[in-house]
Amino acid sequence: MMVSPMKTLLAATLLLLAGPLPAAAQAAPDPADWDGVLREARGQTVYWNAWGGSSQVNEHIEWAAREVHERFGVTVEHVKLADTADAVSRVIAEKAAGQDQDGAVDLVWINGENFAAMKEQDLLFGPWAEALPNWRYVDVEGKPAVTADFTVPTEGLEAPWGMAQVVFYYDTARVEDPPRTFGGILDWAKANPGRFTYPQPPDFLGSTFLKQALIGLAPDPSVLSGPVGEANYEKVTAPLWAFMEELTPVLWRSGRAYPQSGPRQVQLMADGEIDMAISFNPNEASAAIANSELPETVRTFVLDGGTIGNASFLAIPYNASAKAGAMVVANFLMSPEAQARKQDPTRWGNGTVLALDKLSPEDRARFDALELGVATLSPEELGATLPEPHPSWMVRLEEDWVARFGVAE
Amino acid sequence: MSLGEAAAGGASSTPGRRLRLLPWAPLLTILAMLAPVAFGLGGTLLPALGWLPALGGHGIGLDAFRDLVAWPGFPRAATLSLTTGFAATAVSLALVCLVCAGWQGTRAFTFVQRALSPLLSVPHAAAAFGIAFLVAPSGWIARALSPWLTGWERPPDLLIVQDPYGLAMIAGLVAKEVPFLLLMTLSALGQVRSGQSVMVAQALGHRRTTAWLKIVLPQVYVQIRLPVYAVLAYSMSVVDVAIILGPNTPPTLSVQVVRWMSDPDLAFRFQAAAGAVAQLALVVAGLAVWRLLEFAAARAGRRWIERGGRGCGDAALRAAGLAAAILVSLAIGLGIAGLAVWSVAGFWTFPNLLPDSLTWRGWARHGPEILSAASETVIIAGAATSIALFLTLASLEAEHRHGLRPTRRALWLLYIPLIVPQVAFLTGLQTLALSTGLAGGRVAVILAHLVFVLPYVFLSLSAPWRAWDARHATVARALGSGPDRVLWRVRLPMLLRPILVAAAVGFAVSVGQYLPTLLVGAGRVETLTTEAVALAAGGDRRIIGAYALAQTAAAFLPFAVAILLPRLLWRNRKGLGHV
Repeated sequence: MMVSPMKTLLAATLLLLAGPLPAAAQAAPDPADWDGVLREARGQTVYWNAWGGSSQVNEHIEWAAREVHERFGVTVEHVKLADTADAVSRVIAEKAAGQDQDGAVDLVWINGENFAAMKEQDLLFGPWAEALPNWRYVDVEGKPAVTADFTVPTEGLEAPWGMAQVVFYYDTARVEDPPRTFGGILDWAKANPGRFTYPQPPDFLGSTFLKQALIGLAPDPSVLSGPVGEANYEKVTAPLWAFMEELTPVLWRSGRAYPQSGPRQVQLMADGEIDMAISFNPNEASAAIANSELPETVRTFVLDGGTIGNASFLAIPYNASAKAGAMVVANFLMSPEAQARKQDPTRWGNGTVLALDKLSPEDRARFDALELGVATLSPEELGATLPEPHPSWMVRLEEDWVARFGVAE
Repeated sequence: MSLGEAAAGGASSTPGRRLRLLPWAPLLTILAMLAPVAFGLGGTLLPALGWLPALGGHGIGLDAFRDLVAWPGFPRAATLSLTTGFAATAVSLALVCLVCAGWQGTRAFTFVQRALSPLLSVPHAAAAFGIAFLVAPSGWIARALSPWLTGWERPPDLLIVQDPYGLAMIAGLVAKEVPFLLLMTLSALGQVRSGQSVMVAQALGHRRTTAWLKIVLPQVYVQIRLPVYAVLAYSMSVVDVAIILGPNTPPTLSVQVVRWMSDPDLAFRFQAAAGAVAQLALVVAGLAVWRLLEFAAARAGRRWIERGGRGCGDAALRAAGLAAAILVSLAIGLGIAGLAVWSVAGFWTFPNLLPDSLTWRGWARHGPEILSAASETVIIAGAATSIALFLTLASLEAEHRHGLRPTRRALWLLYIPLIVPQVAFLTGLQTLALSTGLAGGRVAVILAHLVFVLPYVFLSLSAPWRAWDARHATVARALGSGPDRVLWRVRLPMLLRPILVAAAVGFAVSVGQYLPTLLVGAGRVETLTTEAVALAAGGDRRIIGAYALAQTAAAFLPFAVAILLPRLLWRNRKGLGHV
């Protein structure tokens, strides 16, 4: 293409006026040139914003930080968040202040509505994830959740690093045969008032309980994969609200107070206040038993017809300071070594995003060597995973729940 | 002779180079406090009115307020903010008055003072966690009484913590504010000849409590009015205590604002800003009502004094005051003890009074992180407190030497950082930190803490400083000392105790800051408080216990110094120790 001299002159003048080129305007690191990324990453400090509420998770992050520092010269600082939305807020504030480079967040553990919000607001760098060297091991075919985050296509803007599935745990010392359907849960709760609860929406686990119930109770769950606007919301959710109206009076504290997070339920269970709880980590009960946080009589179960499964991701904000370093960290976390360590029930016990048949025999042996925790179900027992509904459902369900139960007298 | 005349004389006689800078100290102090608040408020007000270009808000309108009022929980959340704030403040003040009135000057009072003062340093979050574990249906009280008395083999399904009326939250706030108000009252009592006044009144036949309430309270209240207002504003808009002990269906307005601010749906930013403005209005209205109540109380009090009754029910009032003081210290003391036990607990079955097993694993695992967070905490708190103390002393001395008599309006300026709810200017502060290029660093966090530390240091110190008997200065000047010598050799030594107390208060305020540290520090500055609150989301009492203890220790040490150092230094000066 011809470039007119006039235009070149104009561009040069503008450049002079604009002053020296800012760093971010220089070529962003290209994951296709991995050696280049590794070179650029060496010496960088990656501020990784990740939920800091679990000591098992924090320990894994510390381990990864040590390894990445030793092998690639990248320093990782774990910024422990109480809520992932804090990191999103941070990036928004930076954008509002015009700080389009050298942002404070380099890597963020994200999924679901936070991802949808950041993607919609153009707050993400990329695409980069599918060009990472370890992407070839990812189970794209067997785990559709790794490329569709709550049905929103990831389009390489975030890299999957863990799988989660809804399970319930219960104390066998107090419950003989746990219910396997929502009708069963209601009957059980009526027979045992005050012994069941769920985290208060919009806590993500509480909202997940609503979604799981909606899938179990809706006349035709297939409409949930599309935006809520395209379905008859009233009709689809009517059975859910009827169920909740019946359930709430027999909940813990008669539904006048709720635990504020998933892990808080572990404490309630340990205190003997509740007998059954929802979790998004099939290994949570085993890990909690190992940490003396739950009695040894606790076991895990799933519902008939399958439970919701999703993937956790790592994303890089558009104004991150250490994009190359962030990619190196994400790639390391997707490596068979890091994934196998993460799946170890004595550590975190979080599911892998990799396809075991894509791995070398040595790498596969790392996974085969893992033993299931005492309260962890085998993959067969865990059964089918159901896809997350479109994020717009979660938003509507949360709003409705708050209006119906969140401001009760 | 008035303070102003003496000060003006001092200033005109020594026109040193340093003194020409000194008159600017009050202005600098006010700027350090109010510039961030002003910017922060701007950053809140504009989105509340619909202006936030980064999120596509370009219009000016009241949509955000309409959304706020349309939130079904709004009336209850706003009411809760008012009721919990007023109840916590009124009860705290009443208890402090009862304790002082009934026991000042006795050995029991020294005991109460020793028992309550250290509790001031306990961070709000730690105290709230401790109290929650004490009174919860699975808490220590229930365990102590079960099953032999209650018959409970399992915790009862009772809504004690996070009750819809906020009673647990009020209790938690009272437990924390009583020590604060008591220490403020003690600093002020040193400036009022309360002992002698009460003795005279008693000689005239008044009962002890009645005498104190009639004669000392009116003098003392003037000096502790600022702390009382701070307590009211704080109690109405507190976030961390409300999250731990307060109701959730719906929560108080401040908590809801914080939730909206961190909602992934960015459209809620506007509603959050409107909520923050509403919270500000609530606090201002609350203070106005409190002021009216002061007038009413003063009228009633005067009539009471004029009637000349000598008082009755003295013994009951004294007993109630002492019991309340003991209850407060037990609540926090046992709460902290509970957290300490949890930090080393293995599994802990209900209704066992002690853990089934003990383990150091939590401490071993988190020791290094706790140490690094602790050093960050101390550096930030130390820097913020030093700057605050320097500015405060310079301002007060400038006021003294140059006769800059503080006007009522100037006093109100000082209130602003304490009245404006934290949630109202935090997003704005974040934008400020970004635009000055200080974003994400320790320096920015120190400056943000300074906004909150300065008023507390100033409030604690200004009353005793101004109440200092200027005749000491006159005598020293008459003996040939310059104003500097008067400051260093007479005033500062005499006021050592209030100065150290002010520094300790500032330090504790800094240690307890959560939202400013997180937002202005871009999450990169990890203090004990940010770490503890992040871990609190996980609900593991073992780790919360470890962090809460470390946090308490960091805030406690300066108070120990503030109490012990004057005693140590002035052990040969009876009048200066005024314990």
